[in-house]
Formats: sequence, structure tokens, C-alpha cells
Amino acid sequence: MMVTILDVVIAGLLLGGIYALIAMGLSLQYGVARVLNISHGEFIMVGAFLTWMLYTVFGINPLLCLVIVGPVVFIIGFILHKTLFTRLRISSTSSGAFESRSLLATFGLLFIIQNIALIAWGAEIRGYAYLNISVNLGGALFGANRLVTLGFAIAIGLAFYIFLARTRMGKAIRAAAQDPATAGLMGVNINQVLALCFGFGASMAGIAGLLLSMCYPINAAMGLEYTIIAIIVVVLGGLGSIPGSFIGGFILGLVGSIVTYFEPGLALVSYYVIFMILLLVRPTGILGK
Amino acid sequence: MDITTFTSKRFLVPGLIILILLVLLATLPLYAPAYTVILMASILMYIVLTVSWVIFSGPTGYISLASAAFFGVGIYTAAILGGELPLLIVVGIGGLASFCLALLVGALTLRLKGIYFAIFTFGLVMLLRYLVLWWEIKYTLTRGRFVIVVDNNTIYYVMLGIFVVLLITAYFIRRSKFGLALQSIGENEEAAAHTGINVTMVKVITFAISAFFMGTAGAIMATRWTYIDPYIAFNPLFSFMPVLMAIFGGMGQLYGPVIGAAIFSYLEEILLTEFPYYYMLIFGVIMVVAILYMPNGLVGLIQKWRKGDLGEKHANT
Amino acid sequence: MPILEGEGVTKYFGGLAAVSNVDFHVEQGEIVGLIGPNGAGKTTLFNLISAALVPKPGAIRFKDENITGLKPHKICRMGVARTFQEVKVFPNIPVLENVLLGSLFGTSPGMSSADAAREATELLEFVGLSAVRATPAKDLTLANQKRLEVARALATKPELLMLDELMAGLNPTEVAQAMELVTKIRDKGITIFMIEHVMKAIMSVCDRIMVLHHGEKIAEGTPEEIATSKTVIEVYLGE
Repeated sequence: MMVTILDVVIAGLLLGGIYALIAMGLSLQYGVARVLNISHGEFIMVGAFLTWMLYTVFGINPLLCLVIVGPVVFIIGFILHKTLFTRLRISSTSSGAFESRSLLATFGLLFIIQNIALIAWGAEIRGYAYLNISVNLGGALFGANRLVTLGFAIAIGLAFYIFLARTRMGKAIRAAAQDPATAGLMGVNINQVLALCFGFGASMAGIAGLLLSMCYPINAAMGLEYTIIAIIVVVLGGLGSIPGSFIGGFILGLVGSIVTYFEPGLALVSYYVIFMILLLVRPTGILGK
Repeated sequence: MDITTFTSKRFLVPGLIILILLVLLATLPLYAPAYTVILMASILMYIVLTVSWVIFSGPTGYISLASAAFFGVGIYTAAILGGELPLLIVVGIGGLASFCLALLVGALTLRLKGIYFAIFTFGLVMLLRYLVLWWEIKYTLTRGRFVIVVDNNTIYYVMLGIFVVLLITAYFIRRSKFGLALQSIGENEEAAAHTGINVTMVKVITFAISAFFMGTAGAIMATRWTYIDPYIAFNPLFSFMPVLMAIFGGMGQLYGPVIGAAIFSYLEEILLTEFPYYYMLIFGVIMVVAILYMPNGLVGLIQKWRKGDLGEKHANT
Repeated sequence: MPILEGEGVTKYFGGLAAVSNVDFHVEQGEIVGLIGPNGAGKTTLFNLISAALVPKPGAIRFKDENITGLKPHKICRMGVARTFQEVKVFPNIPVLENVLLGSLFGTSPGMSSADAAREATELLEFVGLSAVRATPAKDLTLANQKRLEVARALATKPELLMLDELMAGLNPTEVAQAMELVTKIRDKGITIFMIEHVMKAIMSVCDRIMVLHHGEKIAEGTPEEIATSKTVIEVYLGE
């Protein structure tokens, strides 16, 4: 019995680490740039396919791909914000109008990115084996790739948290999140900061995709599912909060693994139930004020 | 409020156009090939979804992404009751089921503001999808269901009927004090409440009316698809499409969403058959461009063009 | 008999009492002023009466009926109308329709649309906005938007009208016009409860004045009594 409980908890934490990772980028994009990015999962998918291609075609170690995938996806996000979202922001009459217009624009992006991926990489389900060895944790067996993923998720989250708290750029980002108008007056180049944030968010999605591709099979249509989980996690933890993403991710991971243990078919249902109850009771999230 | 203008040219010309269009639509199966009738039924379906969406979300500004949930409830109503009751009654029950679901959801959630309402309603679609999927696999031991087949002309006429009733409803809501109250809620909900408007009731009822039409559309469309499962019935695409079509057409006038949905769904059909591999790409680009460059949709473009014609009369107001 | 009565009305925000144990009453036909430094809890008290907020604890009675915890639209339909400190007109709706909403949904919602339209037109005349009846409300000047809010409130046919800083942001001429409007409304038999910072206005218009400070009622009396009250002067000079 003890082993079973431990089993379920560890499985939940591993799942939660992945959830936290895919949610962080979205949280950043909405929290600062105010874009609820429905195409977030497409950036995950792009990261996953880039890694798969680099590994299977050029034989590059997936973890080393980080230095390629991260910057490449960052640049895509950065350029997208500089062109599309900056324009939308300037031409919107209110922040509410910008939020709904950008949400719908990202839905268009979802189509565009997914279609390009289909042309480039096809519709087949892909996968590769890397670090596919079992590790014994207190009597239960877990894949090494999962553990590496959890480690990376925590490391990236910590690194970004320190970046926001300690660096000059981090302070500018937090200022822009609080009050863009005032931040602009204080000499923060607001368009630059927002584009950087969107880029960072996309880059995190790309890296999440990289790590996911080590654990799960991938395909061009996988994005939306991850976007939805990211949205749930972000709402659970509070929109725009990095620690919130972690707490939300782990809660969802644990719930998922517990429900799966009793009734596998209801895991996704349970996510939505928690999510909707939380929205009704505490729409600002667990860590929101 | 001006009843005197009712007889003027302003109403006569559009009235005539509408009448001619209606006659053309009503006689369509007599002169058009079967393919056109099937296509028109699809286009009408999108128009019904879009106009229903606009009835509630247009004036109030609450972005609802629950359309697919109401549509899906209609679809499942037809799948369950299709063989047992007459078609029109099934369609009506589909609408009523969605109406009741919307009453419940609306009463619970319409105090959520902005993006939270959008997210919640989207969650509703996914919740229903996975809940039904779980139920089907566990209790009916199948993933999907077969729906009783109805001939294409009947589907077309039922859809046309829904469309006409919907247009009349939308027109009268817009013109009535109820419609004015809806608009005031969208502009300042707090002030509306302090002006004596029961904001919760007005919102919930309108939300439910809009859901009713989506449910009827789902019930009749199901008979054409013949096989449905939770992934087909609760497809988020049916939540996003009405929003995009409404924005594309423009919500300032009633004809905006109608034209937007008609053009958009026709485009979808063409792209799907002509460019099956690039369909999503082209579609996505059109969406993004429409959101970027046509904030008030086609209606906005037309009005701009007309205003320009009148020589910038309102330059200073 | 007081038309409006409050007993031990209290409201906490977090741990802070915005309004603390306030007793008040407004008599039929009076103009009562509510003054106090910024943050004294004046608007909060208004929000409690018009049900934007619910007092905890405390009770508010209107015409001897307990209205604590009712919904805003119910309170409005019982005959309590209000305006807002930061004007809340319906920006894209034309002026006439703004007022019409009050007639259609206020204390007599069964009215025919023709009657409602006539009444709204008369009210626009009354507040002096006939010339701009077809303009969207957002295009009016601040003074006119405030007049529009008053007209919309009057359209609900209230017995008690609550005005939240009607004169803030107006120039001296507009203030004089607003004061005249207030007396004209009282002459129609409508009781007025008003928050105001413009001292000259409140002293000359009101029958009675209440002073709030840090959420508590510190003084009450005729304008003369308030003007000479030591506590009141201390509060204002001490700030």
C-alpha cells in the first residue's frame, strides 16, 4: 500500500513538472504581454519536432539541442510579437479589446503553424528512444527521461525566477507587467520588453517540447491538448505567476495521477472540474491576490 | 423608436431584397443541384451559429466560447432521440436542452469578467467532451453513435426555418427595450444595474436564447453526419468559428454576421476542396489579416466607404 | 418619518473599516449633504445604500422596509436612484436612449415605449440637454455627462436621489447651474442625499449636513452648526 501511494505521488510530481514547464511560458505571455496564446501548444510542437529532427537526422543529443531549439523558437516568438501583436496593441482601443483580439489572432496562428508543420514533417506520429532506462525510486520504477525532464523544469523555472527578481531586464519586465504606461514613462522600452517576454514564453514552450519529445510520441496536431492543460495550470496558479505555474502544475499532476489510479477515463474530466470550480470560487488563482 | 420611418425608402429596399433572397432560398432545391443544397445547408448552419453568438456576445461584450457545447448538446439529442420521435420535435428538444444548460451555466458564470468568462466557457466544451466520452466507453461500451439519416432537402428546409426564426428573433431583440438593456450592460454593467435593469436575468436569458438556436442547429446537422462521437460533437472549432465569422462580418449591423458567416464558410468549402494541404494555412492567414486590418469587419468597411462617399461629414464628432 | 434610515452600518475592506457603525436618517423632502475628507467612506456609504455593497453588520431601511442585501436593480425599482462619482453614462448609446433606459426599467417598468419616450424627452428638457439628444453620450462634455446621469436617475422616478460629487470638476458657472438643478429637483418633491466637496454649494443648498471621518460619523447638523463646529474644523484643517 505504501509503495502504491508513493508510486502515485511520484508519478504525479513527474507529470506536474511537465505541466509546470508548459504553463510557465503561457503565464509569462499572458501575465506581461496580455496575450492568451492559444497557439502556445504549437510552439511546444515545433520544439519537439526540431529536436526529433536534430536527433534522428543529425544525431545531436536531445539535451544539447537546447542551445538550438531555445533561441530558434525565441526568435520566432520575438518576431511575431514585433510584427503582429505590437500592431494589434497599438490599434486596440482598450486592453480588454486587445486581449480578445489577440486571443483570436493566436487561434489563426495555431492554424498557420500547424499547417506549416504538417507540410514540413508530415502527419505521422514520431518518436525516438533516449534515456529510456528505468530508475528505482523507493521500490517504484520510473523512466530516467522523466526524471531529467522534471529536473530541467525545476532548473528552468528557478533560473527564470532569479532572472526576473535580480536582473535589470527582469525588473523592467515586472514593471511592464504591473503598469505598462508608467513603465513606459520611466524609460522602459515597452514594445521591446513585451516582445522579449513573448519570445521568452515561446522559447520556454519550445524547450518544453524538446523535453516532451524525450518522453512521449509527438505529432503535428499535438499542440491544442497541451495549450489547454497550460491554460488550466495557469488559471490554477494565477495568471502571470511563475511560482503559481509550479504549484498549479504539481496540483494538476497529482490530481491526474490519483484520478488515473482509480478511474483512468476521468483524468481529463477531473482537470476541467477543478479548473471550473476554481474559476468560480477564486478566479485570480491560488496565488493571485 | 421612430415608427414613421417604417414606410420610407430606408425600409422598402432592404425589405424587398430580403424577400427576394428568401424566395430564392426557399425554392433552391427546385432549381439547384443537390451539391448546392448540401453546401447551402452548411453555410446556413454557420450563419445560425454566428448570429446566435452575436445575439448575446455582440451587445454585452462577453466573449463566449461555449458555442460548441450547445451545438454538441443538440447533436447528442439527435443521436439519442433521433429514431424515436418526429424530426422537428427532436430538433426542438435539442434546442431546449441547450437552453436549459445555458440557463444553468449562465447563472453560475456570468459574473466572471473578460478573459475568465472566455476561458470558462471553453472549459465547458472540453468538460462535456471528456465526460461524454467517459460515459460512452464505460456505460454504452462504444465510442460513437449512429444518427438516423434524413434526406438532404429536409435538412436544408429545417435549417432554413431555424435561420428565418433566428433572424426574426435577433431583429426584435435588437429593436426592443430588452436589446437596449443588453447594450447598456455591455457599456457599463454597474450603471445598468443601478438604472433598474435586472442584469443577471437579462444576460442569462439572452445567453439561453442564443444557446437554443445553436442546439437546434446541432440536432439537425447530426442527421447529416450520420456518425458522431464526442470529438466530432464537442469540437472547439465550432466555438471559435462563430466568433471569427462575426468579427469578419462586423457586429454593428445584423447583416454583418450573416454576410461574414456566409463568405467565411463558403471560403472554407472552396479551400478544403481546392487546397486540402494548405487549407489551414490560408485560413489562418485570412483570420489574422481580418483581425488586424478589419476591426469592425465588413460592415465597418462598408460604412467607412459610405461615409467617405458623403464627404467626411462626421469629421469633428 | 424618515424616508431612509441606517442603523449601525459597517463595512470592512480586508481588516480596515471603511464605514464604521454609522447611524443616519434622511427625512422626506430634505436635501442632506454628506461631507468629509478624501477616504472618509462617503462613496462606500452610498454604495451600501444602493446595494453595490452589503453592510456587515448593520441595517438600512427605506420607507420602513429593510433593504439590506437586496440587488441594485431592486433598490432602484423601489425608488432609490443614484449618480456616480466617476460618471458612468452608456458611452455609445445616444443621450435620449440613455435616459429612456431609466424610464423603461425604473420604478414603473410596465410603461409603453411611447410614454417612456415622451417622459425621457421631458427630462432632457428639464436638465437642459434637448439639443444633444441624438449624440452618443461619450461625445458630451463632463458637465453634460453629469446632467445626463441625473436625467437617467430621474427617469427611474425615484423618491430618493443620491448624488455623488455632482459638482466635482465643473467650472464656477456649471457649479451654479448644478446647484439650481438640485433645488429644482427637490421642488419636484424628490428627497436628495448628496456627497459634495464644493463647500459653497453644499452650505447653500442643504438643509442638513452629515460629516464622516475615517468611516465614522463625527458631526451632524444644519449648515451653520457644521460651519462653526470645532470637531469639523479640526478634521479639515488637521489633514
